[in-house]
Amino acid sequence: MSTEPIHLQASLSREDIEPLKTGDVVRLSGVIYTARDAAHARMAEAIENGCPLPFDPEGQVVYFTGPAPARPGHALGPAGPTTASRMDSYSPLLIERGLRGMIGKGLRSKEVRESMQQHGCIYFGAVEGTAALLAQCVKEAEIVAYEDLGAEAIRRLVVEDFPVVVVNDLYGGDLYVEGREKWRREVGQGR
Amino acid sequence: MREVRVDAVTQAVRDLCIEANTRLPKEHLRALRRALDNEESPLGREVLERLLENAKVAREECIAFCQDTGYAVFFVEAGTEVHFVGGEIAEAIDEGVRRGYEEGYLRKSIVRSPLERTNTGDNTPAITYYDLVPGDGLKVTLLVKGAGCDNMSALKMLTPAEGLPAMKRFVVETIEKAGPSASPPLTVGVGIGGPFEKAAQLAKKALTRPSGEPNPDPEIAEIESELLEEINATGIGPAGYGGTQTALAVHVESFPTHIAAFPVAVNLDCHSHRTASAEL
Repeated sequence: MSTEPIHLQASLSREDIEPLKTGDVVRLSGVIYTARDAAHARMAEAIENGCPLPFDPEGQVVYFTGPAPARPGHALGPAGPTTASRMDSYSPLLIERGLRGMIGKGLRSKEVRESMQQHGCIYFGAVEGTAALLAQCVKEAEIVAYEDLGAEAIRRLVVEDFPVVVVNDLYGGDLYVEGREKWRREVGQGR
Repeated sequence: MREVRVDAVTQAVRDLCIEANTRLPKEHLRALRRALDNEESPLGREVLERLLENAKVAREECIAFCQDTGYAVFFVEAGTEVHFVGGEIAEAIDEGVRRGYEEGYLRKSIVRSPLERTNTGDNTPAITYYDLVPGDGLKVTLLVKGAGCDNMSALKMLTPAEGLPAMKRFVVETIEKAGPSASPPLTVGVGIGGPFEKAAQLAKKALTRPSGEPNPDPEIAEIESELLEEINATGIGPAGYGGTQTALAVHVESFPTHIAAFPVAVNLDCHSHRTASAEL
């Protein structure tokens, strides 16, 4: 684990993500897609009905966010990560179809983590609540599907040096578990 | 009687919505800087540095520092000698929220009902708690409440026999259970006493206290500092990546209660701790 950033260009190949380890600091550039609760529900419905998805998940990274409105002159309004666990029931559907990365915050279910290991997908954490800073890394944004969902529409973003941390790697690592264990103290033990 | 025009309230509420969402309170910024000094985990420090940088960008560009610009919760202390003119106070507050969220480029996050989930489109209705106080003053305090941390909050009806140890255990357990999901480092509001709903309201109001200001009752202040130590020993750390700074402050508010009761409510607030107030 290193706090020296690893630079990656999305979309991602299996080879790109294999060296990543839980706790690695990554700067992501390239194309990513936004989707949260309602967009995931619609994609799941599309899969169930055999309809095409708004984008081919193969090699892509999905960012769980619903941005605030943009001020004039900004590509995107403030856009920090939302709680990933709400996407748990949908994520395996995309992971099975080649999704290589997800950006969010908070714990993922066992099913999602197993699917990630099986099919090759990384869960990245972005620091929640740093929406203004993260939006600065977004150079282009366009709605590609479900415009009627407003903040929840699927957007194609071009990002530059988007700061994330590897939470779940391909080898069963989990930063939320390992980090907490490492820094847990008995009260009164002193620091 | 002092007359207060409700359109002055609308204007103040509009300004508070924008201020709270784009500028962190100075006491809270100080607490974040102190956490950066004290954090032992390198990844934890990286997170805290990002949070401080984010606050700076938001302030300079007057944009929201978190995209979840929350529920607008107001605590209004109105003097009994205040007479509102020119309209209804509740409507005036909603109008201020409507304008603040539109003109401040803030996200509208309120849906019509938990079942029929259509967005109301303007972030109303606001939630307002009124307190009548002596005199002719009027103070409006806004707490912007994001859902991520509110979702991890909890209330328990303890028995008096279980007492303080159970209360402290419940607070720490709530935070352990929330883990990264409440977006630490947290501000922790705890309400004890009253009947059921009073405890929850106290916990919410406790969050509006300037960050780290101890309860004036030394016995409760002692509980606050003990809880802070226990919470920071959990190891959850900034963003839940592990570290020694899980909470920035614990604020406990107490109220008389029933001989058979010991309600405790824990309302968590994320590191985007947004509160602002105005006197009219």
